[in-house]
Amino acid sequence: MSLELIATILGGLTVGSALMVVLSKHPVRSVLYLVLTFFMISANYVMMNAQFLAIVNIIVYAGAIMVLFLFVLMLLNLSKENEPKTGLFAKLTAVIAGGLLFVVLIAVFKDGVTLAQAPGIDGNDQGLVQNLGKLLFEKYVVPFEISSVLFIASMVGAILLAKREKQTID
Amino acid sequence: MVLASIFQSGVSIEFYIVLATVLFCIGAIGVLIRRNAIILLMCIELMLNAVNLLLVAFSTFFGKEQADAQIFVFFIMVVAAAEATVGLSILVLAYRKLRTTDIGLFNNLKG
Amino acid sequence: MEIDNLIFLILVLPLLGALINGTIGKSLPKVVVGVIGTGVMFAAFLLALLVFNSNDEIHIIHLFDILSFNDLLIKASLQVDALSIWMLLIVTGVGSLIHLFSMGYMSHDKGYYKFFTYLNLFIFAMLILVLGSNYFMLFFGWEGVGICSYLLISFHYSDAEKGMLNGLAARKAFIMNRIGDLGLLVGLFLILMQFGTLEYNEIAYKVLMEGIEPTSAILFGITICLFIGATGKSAQIPLFTWLPDAMAGPTPVSALIHAATMVTAGIFLVVRSNFLFEMSPMTQDIMLYVGLATSLVAAFIALRQNDIKKVLAYSTVSQLGLLFVALGMGAYTAAMFHVTTHAFFKALLFLGSGSVIHAMSDEQDIRLMGGLKKYIPITHVTFLIGTLAIAGFPLLSGFYSKDEILAHAITHNPLIYVILMVSVALTAIYMFRLYFLVFHGDFRGDDHAKKHLHESPANMTLPLIILAILSVFGGILNLPGIVFEKGTHWLSHYLEHGTVGLNRIQIEHLENSKAMLLMGGAVALSLLILFVSFVIYVKRGTTAKTDNELNGWELASSKKLYVDELYQFLFVTPVSWLSNQLFRIVEIQILNKSISGFTTMIARSGDVVRKWQTGYVANYLLWMVLGIVGMIVYYLIKF
Repeated sequence: MSLELIATILGGLTVGSALMVVLSKHPVRSVLYLVLTFFMISANYVMMNAQFLAIVNIIVYAGAIMVLFLFVLMLLNLSKENEPKTGLFAKLTAVIAGGLLFVVLIAVFKDGVTLAQAPGIDGNDQGLVQNLGKLLFEKYVVPFEISSVLFIASMVGAILLAKREKQTID
Repeated sequence: MVLASIFQSGVSIEFYIVLATVLFCIGAIGVLIRRNAIILLMCIELMLNAVNLLLVAFSTFFGKEQADAQIFVFFIMVVAAAEATVGLSILVLAYRKLRTTDIGLFNNLKG
Repeated sequence: MEIDNLIFLILVLPLLGALINGTIGKSLPKVVVGVIGTGVMFAAFLLALLVFNSNDEIHIIHLFDILSFNDLLIKASLQVDALSIWMLLIVTGVGSLIHLFSMGYMSHDKGYYKFFTYLNLFIFAMLILVLGSNYFMLFFGWEGVGICSYLLISFHYSDAEKGMLNGLAARKAFIMNRIGDLGLLVGLFLILMQFGTLEYNEIAYKVLMEGIEPTSAILFGITICLFIGATGKSAQIPLFTWLPDAMAGPTPVSALIHAATMVTAGIFLVVRSNFLFEMSPMTQDIMLYVGLATSLVAAFIALRQNDIKKVLAYSTVSQLGLLFVALGMGAYTAAMFHVTTHAFFKALLFLGSGSVIHAMSDEQDIRLMGGLKKYIPITHVTFLIGTLAIAGFPLLSGFYSKDEILAHAITHNPLIYVILMVSVALTAIYMFRLYFLVFHGDFRGDDHAKKHLHESPANMTLPLIILAILSVFGGILNLPGIVFEKGTHWLSHYLEHGTVGLNRIQIEHLENSKAMLLMGGAVALSLLILFVSFVIYVKRGTTAKTDNELNGWELASSKKLYVDELYQFLFVTPVSWLSNQLFRIVEIQILNKSISGFTTMIARSGDVVRKWQTGYVANYLLWMVLGIVGMIVYYLIKF
């Protein structure tokens, strides 16, 4: 099997699962399809030798964020019958708008990108963990530290927002 | 690695550009179509992932020894995680007030 | 003291009185207010006497520049010459006597301090009018006296029964004055256009030295416009109906403004501009005939009026007509002489009538008076002197001044003389009628009024006595040359030598024999009328008829020749109708609707825009996506 075939099939599966995310009527199924999409994208990363990102994608996205979504979904106890329905006109408008966006973005990229140059067989080592780690802790250490502050902020925010208000007794 | 020699195959950058754009537009359509707020947030995550894919593709095909784009992808994931957290907590709060996640009913700002 | 300082003080003192009384007068005791108001007047009169003594040339005092623009220079400056000093003496002298009278007459009034404020303000404006050295100052004073006249006529505007009428009378006076003022203003513009300056001396220089063709159209235009201004202020046909209505104001106001000072402003204007009027014989003829007609019409109306003050008002209009006849003949100094004597006896008559009204507890109808000579002797004697003076009784001041005008009339045109004699006769007739009906016969009022008949206090009778003395001996100022050889025509000489333009006018004097005949004729006429009136009103006891019994000429006379009704029909009703139409159609329909339509349009467009804020997140997201598409397309096309 050539690499192109694998790449094409992988791409098709990605698009297919993304479509199912959007089109599925059952919210839990939507979530599961999204998890599948993330797995496909991670496979793509592996094909491009971005190993670290592939693993991180699965751990963070599919593992943490999607679980969180599922959590909330179960908390709200939504089901297929409670799912709100959009009108036909709104769907049509949305598809047209999305289609327009696609066309425009393709038009942008059409003339702007020259063909890639093959760097050689062993040239694609940048995605390896040790290379990425070196870059992260040498050049981008400040954003790395600041991202920890970001996490603290979001954690505090989430807790404050979701806290139950104290019931005052008049 | 053998698997990593995608260059010697005929897969071009245009393929990944189109793929990322398609995923992005599917996410955009999902944002516009779906009325459940949680699914809406999920479609936004899909859009973010499409962008990540594009960035990684570019870093693979164009950056020889530089992996800056992949660092950027790393930080996008960081921000996405934080944003998903806060977004969901806001959603829970809104659900407590309004008893529904249908964004068609969140119209208190109606002028 | 120098003349500059004296004049400045004379101007400033009344203004100061007005300011003090106007600001803190409400909290001062009445005596203090009156003393301040009258005191500044007496002080001004004394200072004016000083100026009169020490001045013997034309003196200009420059205060400041009002408008200095390219070639145009309008200055605020005062001119001190014979004419202005003489007017100054009249205004401050008679004015201070009237102020003294007001202290007693208005003592029961709540607005005492206001009255004195307005009086002093009026005097200030009149002084500016008289002392100014250019037409601008004259116009400033002109408008000032117009405003003070309005304020004073409508003084009792909140009176329960007559307040509205007072206000309407004041408005009528103001509007008619305004029509005249328009003429004056146009005249001023024409003067500026022709001569480039408004200063009297400069214009006189240009006219007399450099010479302008006597019948040029512009000169006619200027003089006619100035005359129109004078008709407004001095109540000639057609702008005379405001003066009788202005009697709605308190009596001292009538005495001061409408007898002695403001109405003579028109005469003053013409005398000041004598060099212009001499160049335009057509205007002089117009002045003459208008004055003649006014004199006759007003005298006719006065014959059957039943309100003391209205008779005196029409008498004033008639005398002003006589003055304009004199001016039309070029007899400027004779006119000034008559202005002086008229100020004396007319003020005397008005103040006397005020004393009568005060005694009658504010009753003004002569049909309810009679036999008052027993109850108010001082008023009676002074009123008699005033009546004799105005009727031309020999040796009193009015006799000399009228006689001089009549003498000029005969030399000018004998027909004018005859018509003037008719007017003089009518004057005597209605004045004697007034006098006999008020003071002789039996008292015709009710007992309540009879119980309250009393002589006025000293501060009211003292001015009457002084004015009576002046009315008797005022003729000395300008005696004709018949009786004495020396000391005659003092006023004429004084004015002619001191005023620009007057010294160039040649007036023919009658020879002595003709003058004696004239005087004899006038004396005979007045004595005859006196005798006949005495017979009619005292011996036969005829009293004024009630309104139902009048017919024929008497009805026309008592209804004021229907002039007011004519004006109402010609001018007032159409203008009111037009104003109503404009209000209904233009204001309400067009303007209101268009402006509210404008606001409605803005509100509606706001409503439309408001609908964009739906509150639906989905809509906002859609717009966001479309916006991004639009931006990318824009950049695509641009690059």
